Amino acid sequence: MLTLAHFITLGALLFCIALAGIFLNRKNVLILLMCIELMLLSVNMNFIAFSRFLDVLDGQVFVFFILTVAAAEAAIGLALLVVLFRNRRSISVEDISDLRG
Amino acid sequence: MPIIEILFYLFSGVLVLSALSVITVGNPIHAALFLILSFFSAACIWMLLQAEFLAITLVLVYVGAVMVLFLFVVMMLDVHVASVREGFARYLPAGVLVALAMAVQLFLVIWTRGMETMPMPAGEGDEYSHTSMIGELLYSEYLYAFEIAAVVLLVAIIAAIALTHRRRPETKHQDPARQVRVKRDERLRVVKMKSEGEEA
Amino acid sequence: MSIETVLLLIPLLPLVGSAVAGLLRHQVGRAGAHWITILAVAGSAALSAWVAWQVFFNGLPTLDYSVYTWAVTDGITFEVGFLVDSLTALMMTVVTFVSLMVHIYTIGYMHDDPGYQRFFAYINLFTFAMLMLVMANNFMQLFFGWEAVGLVSYLLIGFWFKKDTAVRANLKAFLVNRVGDFGFLLGIAAILVYMGSLNYAEVFAAVPAVEGTTIALFGDTQWSLMTVICICLFIGAMGKSAQVPLHVWLPDSMEGPTPISALIHAATMVTAGIFMVARLSPIFETSDVALSFILVIGAVTALFMGLIGIVQNDIKRVVAYSTLSQLGYMTVALGASAYSVAIFHLMTHAFFKALLFLGAGSVIIALHHKQDMREMGGLAKYMPITAATAWIGSLALIGFPFFSGFFSKDLIIEAVHYAERPGAGFAYFAVMAGVVITALYTFRMLYLTFHGPTRMDEETRSHAHETPAVVTVPLILLAIPSLAIGYFTVEPLLFGGALSDSIVVREVNDVVSNKLAAKFDHGAFAFALHGFMTPVFWLAMLGVGISTYIYLFNPGLADTIKRRLYLAWTILDRKYGFDELWQKVLAGAGLGIASGLSKGGDRTVIDGWLVNGSARLVGRVSGAMRQLQSGFLFHYAFVMVVALVALVASFVLLR
Repeated sequence: MLTLAHFITLGALLFCIALAGIFLNRKNVLILLMCIELMLLSVNMNFIAFSRFLDVLDGQVFVFFILTVAAAEAAIGLALLVVLFRNRRSISVEDISDLRG
Repeated sequence: MPIIEILFYLFSGVLVLSALSVITVGNPIHAALFLILSFFSAACIWMLLQAEFLAITLVLVYVGAVMVLFLFVVMMLDVHVASVREGFARYLPAGVLVALAMAVQLFLVIWTRGMETMPMPAGEGDEYSHTSMIGELLYSEYLYAFEIAAVVLLVAIIAAIALTHRRRPETKHQDPARQVRVKRDERLRVVKMKSEGEEA
Repeated sequence: MSIETVLLLIPLLPLVGSAVAGLLRHQVGRAGAHWITILAVAGSAALSAWVAWQVFFNGLPTLDYSVYTWAVTDGITFEVGFLVDSLTALMMTVVTFVSLMVHIYTIGYMHDDPGYQRFFAYINLFTFAMLMLVMANNFMQLFFGWEAVGLVSYLLIGFWFKKDTAVRANLKAFLVNRVGDFGFLLGIAAILVYMGSLNYAEVFAAVPAVEGTTIALFGDTQWSLMTVICICLFIGAMGKSAQVPLHVWLPDSMEGPTPISALIHAATMVTAGIFMVARLSPIFETSDVALSFILVIGAVTALFMGLIGIVQNDIKRVVAYSTLSQLGYMTVALGASAYSVAIFHLMTHAFFKALLFLGAGSVIIALHHKQDMREMGGLAKYMPITAATAWIGSLALIGFPFFSGFFSKDLIIEAVHYAERPGAGFAYFAVMAGVVITALYTFRMLYLTFHGPTRMDEETRSHAHETPAVVTVPLILLAIPSLAIGYFTVEPLLFGGALSDSIVVREVNDVVSNKLAAKFDHGAFAFALHGFMTPVFWLAMLGVGISTYIYLFNPGLADTIKRRLYLAWTILDRKYGFDELWQKVLAGAGLGIASGLSKGGDRTVIDGWLVNGSARLVGRVSGAMRQLQSGFLFHYAFVMVVALVALVASFVLLR
């Protein structure tokens, strides 16, 4: 029998995988962005599961907004990535440390 | 085992595996494709949760737009495939450890709070339109938020264009300001010459 | 014009004059400044004289009323009020008259000074402040006047503010007076606490109720409240009236212009302490201990300050030390409960000491601001009026019979003789010895300045001539009271009961009416005639004789004595080391504490630890924090993730 816990666990797994991805990735900002998308997906998963199990539609509205913002974020993030690559000829995370104290 | 359960395990398996692949494959193109796969699987699971509208939106927006954008960028940027995997093995233990710690903790939270005994409520009938329910909510209760979301998207479009746009000297383009400023003498030269008839 | 209006006009005229001359000095000009201020003081003097006439001859009853209520808080009223009785009337008349003389004299003395208008503004302001002091009917106004005269004194000692010594002298005067004022303020505070009022009449009425009270100071020792109050108040008087050991500022104040020395540092301001004690006689009468203290302090001042006068060479300083010595006499009289005699001496002294100072100033003008007596001599034939008036002043000072100083001084000595207070024996000896010394230094000054061979250089001698009328007229006008006022006022003032409405003396202490009156029953003339036969007179003549022999007939002897008694001479020349005492002990301790606090407290703790230390701490911490800011995204992500793990852990563990 499927319970709420199954879906939430799936979300948690996705989140942990994305987390590990952010950790492991030192070379490519693109993968970082993808991991962030994965995290957002896991959050959305939770929202939808709760919405279904508690029979409240507002959770799905929230997912809708998250999708919107995530799309915007992806667009701007990729634009920044392009500009970064244009200037540095590299998108390696290890090369970007201009903000060090 | 009911079909819905089989489907859930099938799609979640695909989802987890593809997500793992996203973070482990070396080639960013592969990673993007795996990400598409995971979005697909997620959309299917959302279908199981009777969130058809969002599932379709996810496919349309993410797979149709965002992931295409990702793929464009990946192909536009000339990234060294070999170097991407550098250092992967070195950070693996730490990454896995942190992720495991997180996972264990989350499981502890999830499986001890009564969620594991919460069954899925009965679904709605066939005449129930999930999309129209969300539409009603969006256009009534969440109207302002919805409009702000639209503005956010507009800002994102403008920002993306403004960031990536660059002026290249070799491209030809119009300058309306210069066009408006132009004077007659710069364009027109009146030449006095004999008419053909006179010559005869 | 009602009497209240007159009384209000008396202090306000000089205040207005001062404001006009001071604030509008460019508009009114030099002549305008002196006309305005002199007219203001003259008006004030005329009105004061009229008030005195009303009080002494027309029986005007004592006026005690409030002019303006400044504030009422917690049952305590702060107000401006006038108490006009015989004592006030007498003081007002003396103050305004001497002030008027000094104003006129200043025209001549300050003739070439660029700060002409400023000077007139100051002395007018001083007149206002002094009048507020003497007319006060409450302690707050007394303290206001007290501090205001102190302020003007400060301004005037440092009048030539570009002169280093003057600036030091005014600072010294101010600081030493602060020591006294500290005590004075404590006394006033004690009165306010225990008697609940600042008004004289109310305080006097409350005295019997608290007379037996004792309070614990410094641990458990019980002190009589009245003694504590009286000694605190008298410490204020010691500062203002320059009693040992707070006298050190007065000789230095001679750095100020001579008219100031005459007005403030001889005739009026320095007598404020004497006036205050007399005014508060109902309080002082309650404490025999305090009166003994006053007696001894006065006696020490009278004798030892006179001794210093013998070795001074600056003509003004000689007069200054004689002032100190005479203030000591007045204080002795206070200590002997002979308040009226002290006030009487205050009055006669105001005239003859102002005269002597102005005479000294006249000499200084004639010699173009030379003050060293060793470069004078034989001036009598160049400046006959100055010399004659100086003789009158000097004879009054040494107490030659019939001169005004004789009556007051002789009666002080008699009063001490009959006083039965602890310390009276010493005081009697001191004042008797003081007579010889007074005569000695006074005639030394006269001879060195006006007689004997001249020691002036040629250029100075060619300039030396009698000073103009603005200088000599005040001298003459002051010489008249110096000569005669004692003779005419001694009887009504002291034995006619003219001051009895303001001065309270207990029956057992009352030497004036118990003992002196008996000696005086044949009138002033007989008393003066008898004066020729008293030991006091012969002691004075002894002093005159010594000084005549040494300085007129045997000029070399002074140096011989100086060599023989070198140690004594050095002690006197160093003024017993009081300056060094204050410098080392008080100022030194203050400086030590201050530099300790500055080094230890300010520079180390505050600057070093708190200010720079906190900056350094922030710098160090941020330097360490900088290392955390690697700029690498994954480091930040790591920190975030770890924090997230910790957060979730808290959910798990804490539920």
